[in-house]
Amino acid sequence: MTQTWSITYEIFRKKGSQAAHYDRFEMKVDPDEYVLDGIERIWAFHDRSLVFSHACHHSTCGACGMVVNGVEKLTCITPIRSVTKDGGVIRVEPMRNFPVISDLSVDMTVFYQRMESVGHQPVVSIAHEDSKGKFDPDDDLLRLSDCIECGLCISACPIALTTPAYLGPAVLAGAQQSGDLNLCVLELVDSENGAWRCHSAYECTEVCPSHVDPAWRIMDLRKKLVSRRIKKFFGVK
Amino acid sequence: MDKPQAIVIGAGFTGVAVAYDLAQRGIKVTVLERGPLVNGTSGRTHGLLHSGARYAVDDQESAIECIDENLVLRKIIPQVIEPNGGLFIALNESDMAYREAFIQGCADCHISIEELNPRQALTLEPNLNPKLITAFKVPDGTFDPLRLAMGFAASANTHGAEFHLFCEVQDFILDGMGNVKGVKYLDRSSNQINDINSDIVINAAGVWAGEVAALAGNIDLPIKPTPGVMVAYDQRLCQRVINRLNEPGDGDIIVPQRKMITVGTTSFEADNLDYIPVFDDQVQLMFDRGCELIPAIKHTKERGAFMASRPLLDSGTKGRSLTRTFKCFDHKESDNVDGLVTITGGKATTMRLMAEKTADLVCQKLGMHVPCQTAEIPILSYRKFHIAQTREVA
Repeated sequence: MTQTWSITYEIFRKKGSQAAHYDRFEMKVDPDEYVLDGIERIWAFHDRSLVFSHACHHSTCGACGMVVNGVEKLTCITPIRSVTKDGGVIRVEPMRNFPVISDLSVDMTVFYQRMESVGHQPVVSIAHEDSKGKFDPDDDLLRLSDCIECGLCISACPIALTTPAYLGPAVLAGAQQSGDLNLCVLELVDSENGAWRCHSAYECTEVCPSHVDPAWRIMDLRKKLVSRRIKKFFGVK
Repeated sequence: MDKPQAIVIGAGFTGVAVAYDLAQRGIKVTVLERGPLVNGTSGRTHGLLHSGARYAVDDQESAIECIDENLVLRKIIPQVIEPNGGLFIALNESDMAYREAFIQGCADCHISIEELNPRQALTLEPNLNPKLITAFKVPDGTFDPLRLAMGFAASANTHGAEFHLFCEVQDFILDGMGNVKGVKYLDRSSNQINDINSDIVINAAGVWAGEVAALAGNIDLPIKPTPGVMVAYDQRLCQRVINRLNEPGDGDIIVPQRKMITVGTTSFEADNLDYIPVFDDQVQLMFDRGCELIPAIKHTKERGAFMASRPLLDSGTKGRSLTRTFKCFDHKESDNVDGLVTITGGKATTMRLMAEKTADLVCQKLGMHVPCQTAEIPILSYRKFHIAQTREVA
């Protein structure tokens, strides 16, 4: 039946120009609750000034990505049991490689603009096997695509850490998924800060909560770019 | 002349749709939301784009609003919708006893349905309970809650609306007569308290609308917060929304989305709206009821369980029989407090219509004669949404 654990949440705090610090909250939790449930209770019962992002609570919206004990997690589907033990600590920090609005919330505006620029398709055919690029144009059933634009892959990417100019895994995967490599998209992805900047660390695929496999897609995108260049060299349309 | 100014409290579905409609009609809009977009009830929906069939027997006013707005949303914001329709399935005699009323109700509410025999239904949805007796196709759909709201907010942005997130309203600024002239709010991201004046304030705080309205005086809103649990499973076991052909009840729906499905929901009354726990027995009930519709849920991993509180209107009845329609209150009329309008009740599916009626009232109060155009104009990409000010990189 239901267990109760005593754990400590260590929450990253930052308001305006104040120095960042961590606040500790001792909590009684059910280990099968999700990390986000505990954060929401801290806000509801302990500290109303806590800023964090969340919306759907079931992994379709991608709003609640955070760094939990050093690893990128979609907190609404991460059971407490999977990240700590009874008497243990959960350290929660905002995603890396994004501007912090406050505490645990980051600004996704630039990331969303980039997803828009590469033409990532938010709705795809049901038969569309996202990760392998299969497509059945006769199927009239549609579904929302796999990438929930949570940003976890960008937070986990060691190259995104070196420069904000790098488009990052989700955006490059979005270009691969859209399949429409028009001149505007090519200019973005076939470039120093595009597909060629990736060092194939595969951290993105490791943390993706939504079956996207961005690393595979970046490699596939490179194949497409190379094949395009070769064809161009030989004058093939 | 300067544009009239409006403050919208709350960035749930209602708030973002009201912000868009008002901004589109030429009003300068500021949205104050205590958390991020759709952090309350709106975000935590299973994402059903209602055909109205669920309410066609008991709540026809709401059913008609749903089917009309279903068709509008499919047209103006297809980028966040899975438009695959739904099925109502009967599994026993009690379900079959509802059949006649269902057919009649859908006809009354001009919801187009088509009856399928079990073989046809199983061809469309092979994972359905093979014991089903009959099925009806209905024009249900599925939407992504955050992106639905972001789309409306992005369109509001282009008409100059500003979204101040993590800004919690603390009090109203009143004139000497007790009329609302603005609000005082706490910006949680900087811990600063700010004032903002406006010609009108629209309270779109959903289940919290009663608490917000009470800040302006002795106002009593007939809202009955009615939470329910939903459970997501880690496999897409159906392509269409699957409903139980019967009176609305616990665990009567399975909604597919991306590569998962969500079973919903329960209906009870709660005290603390800021945190409603997920009860284990209700999760078990969703599992049991879900398995009746799609037995393969038995072998599917749970992905998440969550709770949301519907802002239903109190008409003196309880839980399931509360109406799903909405109401717009001019507090000048009801409480002699001018400058404040509350919009509450309704469904995600009717968000645009709720905003239209609210903006009609606001324009009338401000002496503006501008027609609503939101049913005709496509909503922008949700990725064009942006928050009010660019903040410093930490």
